[in-house]
Amino acid sequence: MSEQLKVPTMAEMMAEGKQPEILFWVGSAGSYDDRAKKITRAFVKILNKANVNFAVLGTEESNTGDVAKRAGNEFLFQMQAVMNIEVLNGYEVKRIVTCDPHSYNCIKNEYPGLGGNYEVIHHTQFIKDLLSSGRLKLEGNTYKGKRITFHDPCYLGRGNGVYDAPRDVLKKTNATLVEMKRHKSTALCCGAGGAQMFKDAEPGDKEVNVLRTEDALETQPQIIATGCPYCNTMMTDGVKFKEKEADIKVLDIAELIADA
Amino acid sequence: MEYLPNIIFAIVLVAGISYFAKNVKKLIRNIKLGHKVDASDHTSERWKNVVNIALGQSKMVKRPVSGFLHVIVYVGFVIINIEVLEIIIDGIFGTHRIGLSILPESVYGFLIGSFEILALLVLVSVIIFWIRRNIIKIRRFMGSDLKGWPKSDGNIILYFEVVLMILFLVMNATDTSFQNMEAGNVISQFIAPWFEGFSEGTLFTIERTAWWLHIVGILVFLNYLYFSKHLHILLAFPNVYYGKVVPKGKFNNLDAVTAEVKLMMDPDADPYAAPAETEEDEVPAKFGASDVMDLSQVQLLSAYTCTECGRCTSECPANLTGKKLSPRKIMMDTRDRLEEVGKNIDANNGEFKDDGKQLLGDYITNEELWACTTCNACVEACPVSIDPLSIIMDMRRYLVMEQSAAPMELNNMMTNIENNGAPWPYNQMDRLKWKDE
Ligand code: SF4
Ligand code: SF4
Repeated sequence: MSEQLKVPTMAEMMAEGKQPEILFWVGSAGSYDDRAKKITRAFVKILNKANVNFAVLGTEESNTGDVAKRAGNEFLFQMQAVMNIEVLNGYEVKRIVTCDPHSYNCIKNEYPGLGGNYEVIHHTQFIKDLLSSGRLKLEGNTYKGKRITFHDPCYLGRGNGVYDAPRDVLKKTNATLVEMKRHKSTALCCGAGGAQMFKDAEPGDKEVNVLRTEDALETQPQIIATGCPYCNTMMTDGVKFKEKEADIKVLDIAELIADA
Repeated sequence: MEYLPNIIFAIVLVAGISYFAKNVKKLIRNIKLGHKVDASDHTSERWKNVVNIALGQSKMVKRPVSGFLHVIVYVGFVIINIEVLEIIIDGIFGTHRIGLSILPESVYGFLIGSFEILALLVLVSVIIFWIRRNIIKIRRFMGSDLKGWPKSDGNIILYFEVVLMILFLVMNATDTSFQNMEAGNVISQFIAPWFEGFSEGTLFTIERTAWWLHIVGILVFLNYLYFSKHLHILLAFPNVYYGKVVPKGKFNNLDAVTAEVKLMMDPDADPYAAPAETEEDEVPAKFGASDVMDLSQVQLLSAYTCTECGRCTSECPANLTGKKLSPRKIMMDTRDRLEEVGKNIDANNGEFKDDGKQLLGDYITNEELWACTTCNACVEACPVSIDPLSIIMDMRRYLVMEQSAAPMELNNMMTNIENNGAPWPYNQMDRLKWKDE
């Protein structure tokens, strides 16, 4: 049995007449996908450790509609968005943190046009703030001297220009940060975006995640750090495909920090 | 008879410019086939982009070699064309090097001298460009979307530049009075000896011939633009101005859909009510795009602006892994189809007659559209702020919302979202289970 996490819901907070500092938007992957659930738990562990007053929507959360939008179904996207906005506005939510760059992008950029205006923060940005304000301290030296390479998620990096926050967090672990030849604005997609996660790839000579894993392997990393549940799956599959899972771990930044 | 050259010159000049103007009009008409976009926002950022990206070529130099060479050709070409001003005045008034009678000899010499140096630099750069395209065969110039006309187009313009630059230098080298001045002939003095021993008359003829060919060449070049990817030297500026200024990850929300969703979600809405007055003369909405008329004017402008450099395609993950998608091809297809529609309109007295074709299917296939990961690498890479992804997205929207033609797995995913609020068939009531696992 893993350790008990404190995860208050908005409904519970409301009943006590309290308003949390942030709303943690878990996202569909973070709620249901077995690998991504570990990332969600790791992030909550960090929030608990730093005594952050947060809440989740729990069963009141629904899919952001992001994948539907990228797949071309604007109807479904807007239906989802309007529903979510109604719930969020009902709770007077102001700040939202999420571990999913797709939710981040969608809520931050596409919800305002439909009546949802929030300050949206990616979990790597939030962790960075926790560390620099001293609310969170890294005690151990788990990663000292370890070679870590960070894979930029398209919707965080190119999509929204967030390149530094994840790197700043990683630097705090005393690890050796190595960059792939394609990084930051020229980073290669993991292959999951644009609803590709949910379908087979079109015929080609290779899968995108394999090519991206090759980029990562060139840096001879011990850990491939990710900041997106989809990237995590893609890179994990890539590492397995290359039969390197014994030597290389694929970990979300939240997982890295929760154990640091 | 004395004024014959002046008259011929004026005729050539007017003919060249009016044909160009005619094509520009056609270009504008074609672009206006797309729907309007409101670009009145972010004005200062738009101008900043024009200065940095279009004028300053900040994105070109991301690839140092081609970027540097491009800057030389660009600066060289713009500056040397100041010389055209003198040529035009001389041509109309029958003067010779009017600049000399206006400017002090040293200033004039300095100007022409810098033009000559630039001309040489342009020559060298253009030759390197040619080698990269034809001998080294850089991958992005070898794509299957760059066969036939697009490939020759790329080379033709290089030949144009070579000829124009050589003519400029020869013109100076054979102008004895200019050579005697011994100012400004920085490069042409080394060419002059090749013509030693020629009679005065022959030299004069060569100089005049070079002069005429130079100005005619420039006019031909100007008119060639419309048919070529080199239209970018003009359109890059407006295209960058109208380019995307919001975060790349932000896709537009379709207003037509918003209106319908609001209606569906509003419990007080009467589904049988007549549409509101204001909506009456609105065109019935078509969701997404299947042909060029469904795209925006900015997207169509971009199609004409695309330089076919392939920087987008060379960064595209789908293309890099051998899939059919090439963002460059998306732009080239859009332009080809737009030109086809334009010709159709010309042939039918200003009205488009259905030709049984459209951009989707006849030019761009579903397979290409579905291979896109929406990663924005193409948008990031484009040196002239083109957004091929926006066209891909508009066509996907058409496929899904008008034709229900999404791949089966995506349909399943969407049904799941509709029913369970998640892309997987899980119960919404289980959303918090991760907490206790
Ligand atoms: S957004 Fe689509 S077309 Fe553009 S680079 Fe990415 S996968 Fe290729
Ligand atoms: S879209 Fe841009 S990057 Fe792609 S070929 Fe055209 S000009 Fe080059």
